[in-house]
Amino acid sequence: MATGRSLLDKVWDLHTVRELPGGQTQLFIGLHLIHEVTSPQGFQMLDDAGLPVLVPSRTFATVDHIVPTDTHARPLRDAQAEEMLQAIEANTKRHGIRFFPIGSGQQGIVHVIGPELGLTQPGQTIACGDSHTSTHGAFGAIAFGIGTSQVRDVLASQCLALARPKVRRIRVSGALGFGVYAKDVILHVIRRLGVKGGVGYAYEYAGDAIARMSMEERMTLCNMSIEGGARVGYVNPDDTTFDYLRGRRFAPQGEAFERAVGWWRSMASDSNAAFDDEVDLRGGEIAPTVTWGTNPGQAIGVTETLPRLDELPDDDRSSAEDAYRFMDLVPGRPIAGTPIQVAFIGSCTNGRISDLREAARVAKTGKVAPGVRALVVPGSEAVRVEAEAEGLHEIFRAAGFQWREAGCSMCLAMNPDKLVGRELCASSSNRNFKGRQGSPTGRTLLMSPAMVAAAALRGRVADVREML
Amino acid sequence: MSEKVTAERVTSRRGRGVVVRGNDIDTDQIIPARYMTSIRFAGLEEFVFRDSRFTSDGVPKGHPFDDRRFRGAEILVVNQNFGCGSSREHAPQALARWGIRAIVGESFAEIFFGNCVALGIPAVTAQRADVARLMDAVELDPSQEIAVDLAARTVGWRGGSAPIRMPDGAREQLMDGSWDAMRTLLEARDQVLAKAAALPYVKGF
Repeated sequence: MATGRSLLDKVWDLHTVRELPGGQTQLFIGLHLIHEVTSPQGFQMLDDAGLPVLVPSRTFATVDHIVPTDTHARPLRDAQAEEMLQAIEANTKRHGIRFFPIGSGQQGIVHVIGPELGLTQPGQTIACGDSHTSTHGAFGAIAFGIGTSQVRDVLASQCLALARPKVRRIRVSGALGFGVYAKDVILHVIRRLGVKGGVGYAYEYAGDAIARMSMEERMTLCNMSIEGGARVGYVNPDDTTFDYLRGRRFAPQGEAFERAVGWWRSMASDSNAAFDDEVDLRGGEIAPTVTWGTNPGQAIGVTETLPRLDELPDDDRSSAEDAYRFMDLVPGRPIAGTPIQVAFIGSCTNGRISDLREAARVAKTGKVAPGVRALVVPGSEAVRVEAEAEGLHEIFRAAGFQWREAGCSMCLAMNPDKLVGRELCASSSNRNFKGRQGSPTGRTLLMSPAMVAAAALRGRVADVREML
Repeated sequence: MSEKVTAERVTSRRGRGVVVRGNDIDTDQIIPARYMTSIRFAGLEEFVFRDSRFTSDGVPKGHPFDDRRFRGAEILVVNQNFGCGSSREHAPQALARWGIRAIVGESFAEIFFGNCVALGIPAVTAQRADVARLMDAVELDPSQEIAVDLAARTVGWRGGSAPIRMPDGAREQLMDGSWDAMRTLLEARDQVLAKAAALPYVKGF
């Protein structure tokens, strides 16, 4: 029986410039996104080699990581951060690269604005010097993070030298339960398959639970593929994808859009495509999920108790022991009720309008608990404007949340938004690594934005289903 | 050290070893983001493994990178999924600038591995039992020379050796000195421009 091709195979083959010795592919990169932190050294390397940017029209730039969110006023208070902004301004200007600066109405987290502007489209190859580039796979693109030498490679040649990944199809069937979000689905996937289970694979997310997801939910899902070890995660494009793209600034317009839809549809995995591995999960078994450790695979349902060391596979035990010490949590106890001091809603994982709406539904029901510092950081200037038009900022402020400017904020704390000391943060971001949120001893519990809002109001980890 | 070193043929790396035990050591541990606010890589070595090495008050915690027995080590030995997390090249840059020239481990995260290749640092894998033996040997006698031999696909130490693995493409790039991919990619410049012109979304449908 003939087998069909996966989206990964179709996109890969289409973008192959040539095969390189040793089995790597010279792959054309259709969309290159850059930001202030991982690009300046790349431009410097390019200058050192005396080379121009080969296809400046296929690179787009913004600033997100180091941008303060209390005020966007220039010059930035941090001189190094200001130098970084000036570097990307100068580099993009000099090389004729389109740049979306602060105050343009289009600035934001690179993985929020790419889709928002219609730059991200099905069938593309997309690279960015940031591991959460997998986000763009939500559109049926092959999108992945790269290092700075590779940023230079793309600037110089619009290509990368890469080995083709295998493809694992992860099917999620059935309906998701009440109060269960895309964030819970991906935390569940990583819990089941492990933080290194995806190394060497692209994850194709399929099944009716995924088909019913909005584009923003699919972005949340694909965003954290890298936390499961998979550099690439994608969803096949469908009418939901096309409806999202219609009318966006950089999407094809008019008749070209209709022609594009035909081509986009043809790039989806064939119904008889063969996969290197397949995993089936049931949507109904997924609960609101919370991480308890120092990697995103260390997660449980909010009604579960923390795993005892003897229940864990041998391989995971020493990491778990270390995580319990760092987190100061006790095996066997429930995660619900764990006191928090900080609540963070935002990031490329969960800083979009639908995330803020869900969090606001919860915020509306009460006040932030005494002693809890709670931040809401829109993923982009456009998200901020949309949220304010809907009055979400007033709901958050009335409940005691701080309403901030767009940026990466406390997801990685390369800006003034940081945990202090041993603070425990309920966070809608993507990584609970030690020190990730800016304090070497600070602690992170990952969960959905609605669950973060619930924790903010209760002052402790709570089951959002009791509050909706 | 400039932002980039010139490509050399990497067929083997020899030097003293240093052991950093633990699975899933992420790039935020290798180089915390708060030390990445410079537009240059220079000086990153000062902050490598910062939070595992020092308390918030700057008191050393006894990390192997501060153990005088491992001073001058060039071969890093690690466990599973080393370098997981962020795509920051700052992580292998910080290790390289500290002095690391090869890494032997049970497994590596993919982006980290690629970043190592781009810097001419072989990150090779070995079986768990072999990594355990190598770790014990290095800790017992840190003064001995460890030899990572890409040509022979072995790692050797005093009184022992083990097979190592590395994907063919990366191994060949290192061995023939083409690991700095930019030159290779630019050889096909005309094909690249032809490819761009043929893609529906570049053409505008």
